[in-house]
Amino acid sequence: MNPEKVIFGFFILLAATLNFGFFIGDISRPELHNVYELAAALVVSLIATALKFGDRTQIGAIHLSTSLVADLQLIAAAITWAVAEHVTGTGMTAHITSSVVSLSGGALFANVVSVVLLIAETVMLRR
Amino acid sequence: MINNSFFLILRRMRAPIIVLIVIYAISVCGLTLVPGVDAEGRPSPPMSFFHAFYFISYTATTIGFGEIPNAFSEAQRLWVTVCIYLTVIGWSYSVVTLIALLQDKGFQNTLTQNRFARRVARLHEPFYLICGCGETGSLVAHAFDRRNQAFVVLEKDEMRVEELDLQDFKTDIPALAGDARVPETLILAGLRHPKCRGVLAISNDEDANLATAIAVRLLNPAIPVIARARSPLVMANLASFGTDHVINPYERFAEYLALAVAAPERYRLLEILTGLPDSPLPEAHNPPAGHWILCGYGRFGHALAEHLRPTGITLTIIDPVATDAASGIAGYGTEAETLLAAGIMDAQGIIAGSDDDINNLSIAMTASELKPELFVVARQNHHANAPLFAAYAADFTMVATRIVAQEAIAVLLTPLLAHFLSVLRQQQSTSCSALVERIETLNQGRTPLLREICLNAGDSPALWQALLHGREIRPAELLIDATDRARPLATLILLLVRDGKPWFLPSPDLLLQAGDQLLLATCSSEWHQFELCLKNANELEYVLSGREQPGWLWQKLFPVPPVPRSRA
Repeated sequence: MNPEKVIFGFFILLAATLNFGFFIGDISRPELHNVYELAAALVVSLIATALKFGDRTQIGAIHLSTSLVADLQLIAAAITWAVAEHVTGTGMTAHITSSVVSLSGGALFANVVSVVLLIAETVMLRR
Repeated sequence: MINNSFFLILRRMRAPIIVLIVIYAISVCGLTLVPGVDAEGRPSPPMSFFHAFYFISYTATTIGFGEIPNAFSEAQRLWVTVCIYLTVIGWSYSVVTLIALLQDKGFQNTLTQNRFARRVARLHEPFYLICGCGETGSLVAHAFDRRNQAFVVLEKDEMRVEELDLQDFKTDIPALAGDARVPETLILAGLRHPKCRGVLAISNDEDANLATAIAVRLLNPAIPVIARARSPLVMANLASFGTDHVINPYERFAEYLALAVAAPERYRLLEILTGLPDSPLPEAHNPPAGHWILCGYGRFGHALAEHLRPTGITLTIIDPVATDAASGIAGYGTEAETLLAAGIMDAQGIIAGSDDDINNLSIAMTASELKPELFVVARQNHHANAPLFAAYAADFTMVATRIVAQEAIAVLLTPLLAHFLSVLRQQQSTSCSALVERIETLNQGRTPLLREICLNAGDSPALWQALLHGREIRPAELLIDATDRARPLATLILLLVRDGKPWFLPSPDLLLQAGDQLLLATCSSEWHQFELCLKNANELEYVLSGREQPGWLWQKLFPVPPVPRSRA
């Protein structure tokens, strides 16, 4: 067992599960979407990205790009939330909530691709 | 290959980046949990993520705007104290790792390698690859530099590569400290570059040269490779897979010395023509025939004995362990007894040919003390001892590095010279001595520049065009000074090759034809003039006829009646 692989798989899966946890629930109800969960998803996603640095294989490159997509989506969601709460002062209306959650939904998709890649890689290597 | 350094940075920075992300996450999360206080001192809800991230960002980067948006509660201050130390550790760890990475030897090697590979890939002119830039390599490099010939240097020793930067070259040379035995390094240095004209494997290490030569043969069979060898075994090995030119300095020197004994005039000519271009003329050597003493019977000694004996020279060999040497005497030859026992009083010449410079000098000095009129040949092994050999001034000094460099340059830059020298072997010695006198005066006491031109569209467009238009041009008309048409250029056509047939010293009245190849001996100022006249139609016209070529409109307006062609 390779400890590096364990940590790698752990963070990729954790990023996907946290993201899923935030995403699930009625898209327009802010009380179903906890901001801490979004923060955790973002942090774990960033860590997963850092873990993918420096892998020069083809699959490594795709891994990195899916992670970057997830980061981008989650950062966009966080910025939307911060702007609504602090800049414009509109608060978490149904409209804002749904756009934050749908952005995280996009990130979820990227994270799922990441997980699929991870599984594909594992199956391919058979070690 | 180019992205190597980028990936290396990313790889090494993984841990610090993750540490930083985690520290930020902990700090920000903590700050969103700790209750605050409002302006009136009443407890208020904790900071939002946005404010917490803002606060940590400016605190962690040590910008420190203070407690924004409101003054903090005691609990918040407690947590912020922890955050400050955490983030400072995180940042310093990242910065220290980055600096260590930049100073890392491996990382810097990757950077230099990348830079080198980029520079080689960007070369647009034909270049040679010099593998091994020791004494020989430097000599070749300087000769190339004088000719404005581009080259790339591969050298194992890093110090030597750094020294190259300090040497006085006209252009900045791409040089890499790398092992020329490794095929990847060779490819990096441009072995497969479309403009690579040839490879010189001329390092001190003959096994390395062998490896380089094989790699070149396999990876780019189209280009010539020149290799330096010491032992007959490696020479045979190199020749077996088709190395284009193998140079063994010992063999070559032995050949030269034998030639100098047998045919001094021809040897003199060869010496001048193969000398490093535009260097002081070598002094004439006239080794006597008769009885010689040879000190040191290693590879050099064997080569000498093999070549000198057929010229009628009898040899007494002095060597500490010469078991196979007939008429040999055990010893070094550094002491008078051994030399006397070897019959120095009846000898005409002595060769100090061991692989130890100090012993060689000692032999030479002892010998000339015993018999001042003796012809002394000394072998110099290391460049560092050059001043000692110069001070002693033997009749003939053998410097292996020089021999290899001269031959490599002659073979690469003037392939016709080999042709000329082979024709020369059939000539009488009287014609050689006449030729020597003419060549010696060409370049004011320096060796002449040898230039090869082909009368084609690339080398000499103007002349080629004139020849294609059916103009009759003779060398005598061409080789005159464009500023003073009465004065012929100090340039000599040594050889003309037409359809593979050589003409030794062609007559000045021989009609030139398009496609002829010429080997010229000249000096740099004359060559520039001649080159201009080969390439510039107006200059050529003036040299040939003494008339300025008028412009097209002028010609239309004021037609000039054709003048009969003048002959210089």
